[in-house]
Amino acid sequence: MKCGVVVFPGSNCDHDIYHVLKHVLQQDVTFLWHQDDTLQGCELVVLPGGFAYGDYLRAGAMAALSPVMGAVKRHAEAGGLVLGICNGFQVLLEAGLIPGAMRRNQNLRFLCRDVYLRVERTDLPFTWKLREGQVLRIPIAHGEGNYEDSPERLDVLEANRQVVFRYVTPEGARADADHQWNPNGAARGIAGICNPGGNVLGMMPHPERCSEPILGNTDGLTLLASAVEAGSQVLGARR
Amino acid sequence: MTVLQEPAVTPETARSIGLTEEEFERLRKILGRDPNWTELGITSALWSEHCSYKSSKIYLREFPTEGPHVLQGPGENAGVVDIGHGFVAVFKMESHNHPSFIEPYQGSMTGVGGILRDIFTMGARPIACMDALRFGEIDAPRMRFLIDGVVRGIGDYGNCVGIPTVGGETGFHRCYNGNILVNAFALGVARRERIFHARASGAGNPLLYVGSRTGRDGIHGATMASESFDKESEQKRPTVQVGDPFTEKILLEACLEAMRTGAIVAIQDMGAAGLTSSTFEMAGRGGTGLRLDLDNVPLRQPGLTPYEMMLSESQERMVLVARKGREEELEKVFRRWGLEVANIGEVTGTGRAVLTWHGETAADIPIQPLTEEAPVYRRPVAEPSDLAERWRAPEVPQPSDPRESLERLLATPEFASKAWIWTQYDHTVRTNTVRGPGGDAAVLLLKGTPSGLAITCDVNPVYCYFDPRRGGAQAVAEAVRNLACVGAEPVGLTDCLNFGNPERPEISWQFREAVRGMSDACRALGVPVISGNVSFYNETEGASIYPTPAIAMVGVIPNLTGLPEAFFQREGDRVILLGEDRSEFGGAAYLRLLHGIEQGRPPEVDLDAELRLAKLLRSLIARGLLGTAHDLSEGGFLISLAEACFGRRPLGVRIEVPLTGADLFSESQGRAIVACQPAALDRVLQAAEEAGVPAREIGETGGDVLEVRSGGETFRAPVAGLHEIWSTALPKALGL
Repeated sequence: MKCGVVVFPGSNCDHDIYHVLKHVLQQDVTFLWHQDDTLQGCELVVLPGGFAYGDYLRAGAMAALSPVMGAVKRHAEAGGLVLGICNGFQVLLEAGLIPGAMRRNQNLRFLCRDVYLRVERTDLPFTWKLREGQVLRIPIAHGEGNYEDSPERLDVLEANRQVVFRYVTPEGARADADHQWNPNGAARGIAGICNPGGNVLGMMPHPERCSEPILGNTDGLTLLASAVEAGSQVLGARR
Repeated sequence: MTVLQEPAVTPETARSIGLTEEEFERLRKILGRDPNWTELGITSALWSEHCSYKSSKIYLREFPTEGPHVLQGPGENAGVVDIGHGFVAVFKMESHNHPSFIEPYQGSMTGVGGILRDIFTMGARPIACMDALRFGEIDAPRMRFLIDGVVRGIGDYGNCVGIPTVGGETGFHRCYNGNILVNAFALGVARRERIFHARASGAGNPLLYVGSRTGRDGIHGATMASESFDKESEQKRPTVQVGDPFTEKILLEACLEAMRTGAIVAIQDMGAAGLTSSTFEMAGRGGTGLRLDLDNVPLRQPGLTPYEMMLSESQERMVLVARKGREEELEKVFRRWGLEVANIGEVTGTGRAVLTWHGETAADIPIQPLTEEAPVYRRPVAEPSDLAERWRAPEVPQPSDPRESLERLLATPEFASKAWIWTQYDHTVRTNTVRGPGGDAAVLLLKGTPSGLAITCDVNPVYCYFDPRRGGAQAVAEAVRNLACVGAEPVGLTDCLNFGNPERPEISWQFREAVRGMSDACRALGVPVISGNVSFYNETEGASIYPTPAIAMVGVIPNLTGLPEAFFQREGDRVILLGEDRSEFGGAAYLRLLHGIEQGRPPEVDLDAELRLAKLLRSLIARGLLGTAHDLSEGGFLISLAEACFGRRPLGVRIEVPLTGADLFSESQGRAIVACQPAALDRVLQAAEEAGVPAREIGETGGDVLEVRSGGETFRAPVAGLHEIWSTALPKALGL
């Protein structure tokens, strides 16, 4: 699958996801410059982690207005795959491609450590190789990952089955009020959500950081493999 | 145009900006006339202790700086060593103590920013940071504020630029109550042929200025860092710079891209003493001259004088020498990244720096006499008169209950888990982190090869206070041991030598002795010093810090498969204690933290034994025989044993040792705990015997209790309880 990794000047996980897509998953990958209004025919577009334009304003707020995001929006509207990781998730929220907003982590500190995610949905191009209820151990690294929306809109999100990953205990139980397991205080333990069409996914944890045996953890690889192997047929069949 | 109101140039005004009367005279002789205010300011910065190393130079020459892997020793922005597979490692450590004490957040931010620029200025992409931090007692005035600010600053900077902070060390001692230490280390990797130097050459080549605009922040920062603290120090807040990690990030990417064009001759960042040190040092090394057109320096606000422009320490700025005629190519790269570029002058063959501003000559001075021939001092040295008293062996109270002693030690900030600190640092970005913070050494994957790099930083300031020579040697030996615990062979070290006021004879003695101790160990263990930094004047109201020669060492692991952990991984592994146990309590943590006794000569450092142990560990690991390797250091055997139980999944151990009572906490050097599968036990013991390293099988992993039989008595401590004490102590002490 032809994959594109968007590069904002402050992206800093762009090389990491590029590396996994290219060298671990053997895909055709290209970087997409933030000032270009084209995706060069990429089928999967990844918005990587980092600090897009410094994020001195709200994370992702400026990036949402960049030229490349116009192309990303058109791609998403046409049913193309878009994966936002960490800062990429924040950009997707600011761009309105998925609902909700990020607040600073509950303890007001940047947090980098492993968390446990429960897979809530496996009928998506990003998760079809995972098992429902499967628990993944994946690193987070962010200061603004405290997902929030109004109770009514969160209810709609749940009803539409747009919650894809939730922070849980290692055994897979919800513990929304316990910062040991829900590290940033996200509403309803939400770690990742998709758009109603299921072709746009935003998640705070970093699957690209746990996709090689030498790093001691490959829990992220199946997720990324799902996305690149999804292809249009799988996507079409599952819609 | 009339120059703005500047002070008259007199010996008194020279002194007010840090030049002694003799130095002022020396400058007058060099110029053959009185300097103007700008020339005086430039000289004051270049001859500051921070930039010139004038009090330390004669001792630093004693360091071994060459070795089979060394491509660039001290004298450049950072040192360079060959790490195989066509790659080099570029690394350095630098202090940011004074600014961090005045303004901890910005001080530590800009400390990280400065060291990162030192690395990418050499053409290497930074891949890891570490920080050696020394704080005072947590209850000391401002200390919680300082700790919080320093940790936030380091995190916010490295996290944004996207360089993982993978290790470091944090200590607490009352000697830092009035002068904390923030030492930032960075490591970069480059293809061997892509290294850049900061040597200006080629008359007519243009000087380009890239990055942030110049403001009034940080003027005389280098001079401030060369003075002691007093009640007035708070007023020096304006000398602290403000960091902008986003600009650093784009500067990093743009510089690396620009270097690939081949249009850059030399490049240097503007660190301490900003435009002055960067341009003068580049020309000084190259033996060339400079013409600087100050009207072209991009300014944040109008109205800066030449003096202010030359001494500003505004951050995230670089100067480079371009190949004449290829400026546009470079400008294109920098503009694409949204950076400002200005042509601020050219290299000349005159050996002089000529600064023009508003059509007038603002300064005209010879460069090499100011840079390469800066004053060098051999300060008076005096051994402390009470050394014999300091070395008197301490009385060692026996523990009434070793378990209780262990629990009390684990609850101190010294021994508590530092996870509260390092979880605020992104330590997994760049996906090279094979072993992150919390172990003996961090391990980084060298992508595209089977190899890895290991890094660690060490020093025990209490040892260094009681015997700086032994303390210096111990720091090097411990770093070698830490690297050996992950199977790494050292290729070089960098240091941050933090001391008090060198004009005091005892401080100069401490410095000389510490450097000698380090040099002894470097020679014996085969580790060259390839870069470093000296920070003097770490004292407040006349009270000096303990001598703190922090070192950071880099090693190469030929193959990353079968790497052990610092903790027990499996049930049923056999546990072996390597090295020789002695009863050594000089400066020991057990006495200091539990009995309030700080006394005695620190443990002996047997460099031959250290070398044998390191070689043994590396060979056992290369053969894939070890599941666990963890060195013994501060706190001794029992502390290391407990730490080895604190893996991702806490695991118990049953041990029987010949050590009794307080000796469980003795700090004899040259020891490590290892664990292996039962089938490998004989091979491990045999290898130890052949290597001449004492080895005793002392027990087995398993269960959820730490159980120790010693001297006919047994104590048991559930690992979960110890882990709880250890993992919560630091946030608790900070009141969080």
